[in-house]
Amino acid sequence: MPADGGIGAPTPRREDVRFLTGSGNYTDDINLNGQAYVYFLRSDVAHGTLNNIDTAAAEAMPGVVRIFTGEDFAEVGGVPCGWQVTDKHGEPMQEPAHPVLARGKVRHVGDPIAAVVAETLEQARDAAEAIEVDIDELPAVIDMKAALEDGATKVHDDLTSNLCYDWGFIEDNKAAVDEAIANAAHVTTLELVNQRLVANPMEPRVAVGDYHRANDESTLYTTSQNPHVIRLLMGAFVLGIAEHKLRVVAPDVGGGFGSKIYHYAEEAFCTFAAKALNRPVKWTSSRSEAFISDAQGRDHVTKIDLALDADNNFTAIRTETYANMGAYLSTFAPCVPTYLHGTLMAGNYKTPNIYVNVKAVFTNTVPVDAYRGAGRPEATYQIERVIDKAARELGVDPIALRRQNFITQFPYATPVAVEYDTGDYTATMDKLEEIADVAGFAARRKESEARGKLRGFGVNCYIEACGIAPSALVGALGARAGLYDAATVRVNATGSISVMVGAHSHGQGHETSFPQVVAEMLGIDPSMVDIVHGDTSKIPFGMGTYGSRSLAVCGSAMVRATEKIIAKAKKIAAHMLEASDADIELKDGQFSVAGTDKSVAWGDVTLAAYVPHNYPIEDVEPGLEETAFYDPANFTYPSGAYACEVEVDPETGKVTIERFAAADDFGNIINPMIVDGQVHGGLGQGIGQALLESCTYDESGQLLTGSYMDYAMPRADDVPFYAVDHSCQTPCTHNPLGVKGCGEAGAIGSPPTVVNAVIDALQSGGHNITHIDMPLSPSRVWQAMQG
Amino acid sequence: MYSFEIERPTRLADAVKLLSDSTEAQALGGGQTLIPTLKQRLAMPERLVSLSGIDEIRGIRTDGEGALCIGGATTHAEVAAGAGAYPALAGLAANIGDPAVRNRGTIGGSLANNDPSACYPSAALASGATLVTNSREIAADDFFEGLFATALEEGEIITEVKFPVPEKAAYKKFEQPASRFALVGVFVAKYGDGVRVAVTGASEDGVFRWSEAEAALSSDFSAGALAGLSLSGDGMISDLHGSGDYRAHLVGVMARRAVEAA
Amino acid sequence: MSQVSMTVNGKSASGEIEGRTLLVEFLRENLGLTGTHVGCDTSQCGACVVHVDGKAVKSCTMFAAEADGAEVTTIEGMGNDDGSLGTIQQAFQDHHGLQCGFCTPGMVMSAAALLADNPKPSEAEIRDYLEGNICRCTGYHNIVKAIMAAAGHDVSGIAAE
Repeated sequence: MPADGGIGAPTPRREDVRFLTGSGNYTDDINLNGQAYVYFLRSDVAHGTLNNIDTAAAEAMPGVVRIFTGEDFAEVGGVPCGWQVTDKHGEPMQEPAHPVLARGKVRHVGDPIAAVVAETLEQARDAAEAIEVDIDELPAVIDMKAALEDGATKVHDDLTSNLCYDWGFIEDNKAAVDEAIANAAHVTTLELVNQRLVANPMEPRVAVGDYHRANDESTLYTTSQNPHVIRLLMGAFVLGIAEHKLRVVAPDVGGGFGSKIYHYAEEAFCTFAAKALNRPVKWTSSRSEAFISDAQGRDHVTKIDLALDADNNFTAIRTETYANMGAYLSTFAPCVPTYLHGTLMAGNYKTPNIYVNVKAVFTNTVPVDAYRGAGRPEATYQIERVIDKAARELGVDPIALRRQNFITQFPYATPVAVEYDTGDYTATMDKLEEIADVAGFAARRKESEARGKLRGFGVNCYIEACGIAPSALVGALGARAGLYDAATVRVNATGSISVMVGAHSHGQGHETSFPQVVAEMLGIDPSMVDIVHGDTSKIPFGMGTYGSRSLAVCGSAMVRATEKIIAKAKKIAAHMLEASDADIELKDGQFSVAGTDKSVAWGDVTLAAYVPHNYPIEDVEPGLEETAFYDPANFTYPSGAYACEVEVDPETGKVTIERFAAADDFGNIINPMIVDGQVHGGLGQGIGQALLESCTYDESGQLLTGSYMDYAMPRADDVPFYAVDHSCQTPCTHNPLGVKGCGEAGAIGSPPTVVNAVIDALQSGGHNITHIDMPLSPSRVWQAMQG
Repeated sequence: MYSFEIERPTRLADAVKLLSDSTEAQALGGGQTLIPTLKQRLAMPERLVSLSGIDEIRGIRTDGEGALCIGGATTHAEVAAGAGAYPALAGLAANIGDPAVRNRGTIGGSLANNDPSACYPSAALASGATLVTNSREIAADDFFEGLFATALEEGEIITEVKFPVPEKAAYKKFEQPASRFALVGVFVAKYGDGVRVAVTGASEDGVFRWSEAEAALSSDFSAGALAGLSLSGDGMISDLHGSGDYRAHLVGVMARRAVEAA
Repeated sequence: MSQVSMTVNGKSASGEIEGRTLLVEFLRENLGLTGTHVGCDTSQCGACVVHVDGKAVKSCTMFAAEADGAEVTTIEGMGNDDGSLGTIQQAFQDHHGLQCGFCTPGMVMSAAALLADNPKPSEAEIRDYLEGNICRCTGYHNIVKAIMAAAGHDVSGIAAE
């Protein structure tokens, strides 16, 4: 390892200096000369026929530049969906149009009706109040099962129903699953809700459109996790702008958690309006607006059956889920309940028969898409809750039941179409029992009880498929894009390096961890390596950051590009050392001839590449820059075991997290400090889901949790210090770094852990409660205790 | 926000005049509730009269009768730090909102707003406080008139709140998980002539006195004296954070804990 | 429009504002001090915390006019004179107390206000004090740890890196 922190070093983050001094460059910090401001007039009803929009009075208001409505977008495309699911009958899903601004109908509270561009934001808002909108309110469809009943009001009149798709996975498994359940010694059934959440990155979304008439170039500055994807979707499918005339920049981005993956109408609007008006147009979302315009997450209603034989071996899992799509299909929405959920229903267990049914439903709510974990938390929650319930019904130890059914042989092909490459679930459970001090629980429970509190212990295992890629596989599953990634390693004449990566860092610390890899490979100081990301004009291509894919996919591309650099540099060094390139070794930044003391330094070779006087010019081009695209052969499969201890106040129902331990297997680790931070953050969000957060609509489609006054965000005093460990490492076998990804684990593994612990606490107090739907708020827990 | 002008008088008399000059003028205390309201365009004043620069209505003193008197423009943080003579009140102030909110929000602003989930109304009511305005004195029992409604006239400013200091008192709050406002808050204060118990957060009619608990505690100031007492969930606020029955139940729990802490 | 003058990070600053101009708007738009962020509109997230006359306030919930004549400190004023990170800032970097960086200015300003009042707060006191600062990235672990470290606690025994 280089002295200053190569692979495995907990190097402090270099990006921190700008964030800690107020020198970051977030999208809302960007102000362009002559910019106008847009305010979106949004529907305040969940469902209605849009009869007329009268903007005459508003147009005359001070400062108004122009008011746009859906008619202005008649000639451009709608917001596209990037994934097509095929239903259990082989038919494509129903895919409604998604206009940039509403046309004909409004379909959720927050659906944009008109966009007012004015000299100031307050003027735009003033004018928006003067727009007269004639809407005939229609009955709102909110409950998914009601939405599928005959005669239900349709969200989209041109579709046959509110059913997006009815998906069976794997249809050929179904008969065997039904038979296994019918013949089981024991079947545990659980109905549960994985509630709707709002991602809530602390930075609300912002878009600034800019246009240069002289060269017909459009630029969009946006809060995105994947600027190239936005360029592709918006350029090709919405506005019809070719890539070379469209630049998308995602500068410092204040968190995403999935919600900034998608292409949003506001981005297309600002880009379109900047060209139409020939001046920059800026939109900054308020938090209130974010609650009704950012794609939301989860929202599954599920019934799961777990069958066991007489020896408590799992024999079958059957699960039926209703998945809320909201009013329109967001970019990745259809794949979340299917390929990011169904494929994980084996969990960590060798269950031979699994069948998954998912009905995706349109409702008059904000669109739903991936939120940290995306499908995998929903799968894990079902599996791990039903296992816990089964253990209780059978009177067996929940850890022992899990251990007994662990997959122990790898690679392991599941009945749900994926092949786990590596893992050691017994080892992570062993580690968990150690760091969670399982042995000490009984004494701690006694101490809690002496204070009048109920104490519970919950355990959970998870597996996730991440490093979201192989293009061929995701293509077969319905993706309309490839999911490789790209990196360019540009070595400058003096030996310093810029690496242009397709991944986007919005909290993950790529600017620190990625150079650790390159520095390690070259044996140079990491400070000689900088990462460039977030700008389509600077980076060859990239699919962005989500699905814990940055290091596993883009990092692998970076490794491949660096390998090309090394191969070329060795040829140059061989020429300089008058040796064969096969004999050249690179170590600690020195190229040497094996078995001799002849060497040249890294900087001498890079200089020669750009000053090719004494140079193998016949065989090797000048310069030192290489690009690689990487498309892995499989997903990666991080796994882990989590434990939580809670106290429940039996008088109020309030749950407090007393201890939380996480033992993860992420394969190899580049920067353990950053990995720990990713786990902590995921745990915070998962505990938030378990105890606090819920995005709730009333029957008419009004959002009841439209601000932090009602949407309970986890705060510092809601959580404890976490004990995290990632010393169990089974390297991934199909990427050059052996890494698996760590961004989502905490959010996937923690909700069932907490719920299992609360149920355990309540049972210990004599309450025969087997399930409470999240969030386990004080009022819900108290209500459950009332019987 | 709609457009308005801001005035920053330094004398109470000027503030009163600025408020009476315009029917669309509104007093601005710490702004911790008013400013978010303005951002939502739910209020449309033409003029805001900031009270934060008026020293004569800011500060904490003890009057000749031993009452702790707190200027209307005194911030929660100042009360938390300076109301040591009435620890339960200082403790209440120290847990309103968060530290930054406590550095701006004022007792006068909170009482004038009478948010049904605010903490201060319970302290004023349980203490039998007197609210002094620029024109009169109002007993707490006459001041609170339901959700966001008080006895204040247009343009009337709370200049001081006089709290008789009890022998024993405590405030216990059960926080709404999102806003951290009181889902239920109970202030119990024991005076020589009896016990007063005020409840915030729970009722659809705003802060109220729980008379059964007062009677029970006046004859026996112990948590056990509350055993068997309960409130009905009818008339209690019911929302996604808790049913009326839950709030009614919590009133009992918080009252008991307050007595134990007093 | 009216004139407002204040001292920001030790330098005098003035500008034309409306009555409704918030302090955070004055800082970001008039003065170009974009380190102070806006993360909500209900005065809860704390990304906008600055110090006014030495006290932490939410600059999104205070009018610029009310800061007339005040001493204001923002995240841009928290470093050492030589440009190096101040003690709290350095502790945040050393202990990975930030990820996306958006809530960070408010966290640092709140931490500074806490330590000014209470130089060696306990873990519980820190968590309680941060009630008005929401972070979505860190699960708070390393924020609390960083503030403890800045206060001189030995944090080596706290679980994990």
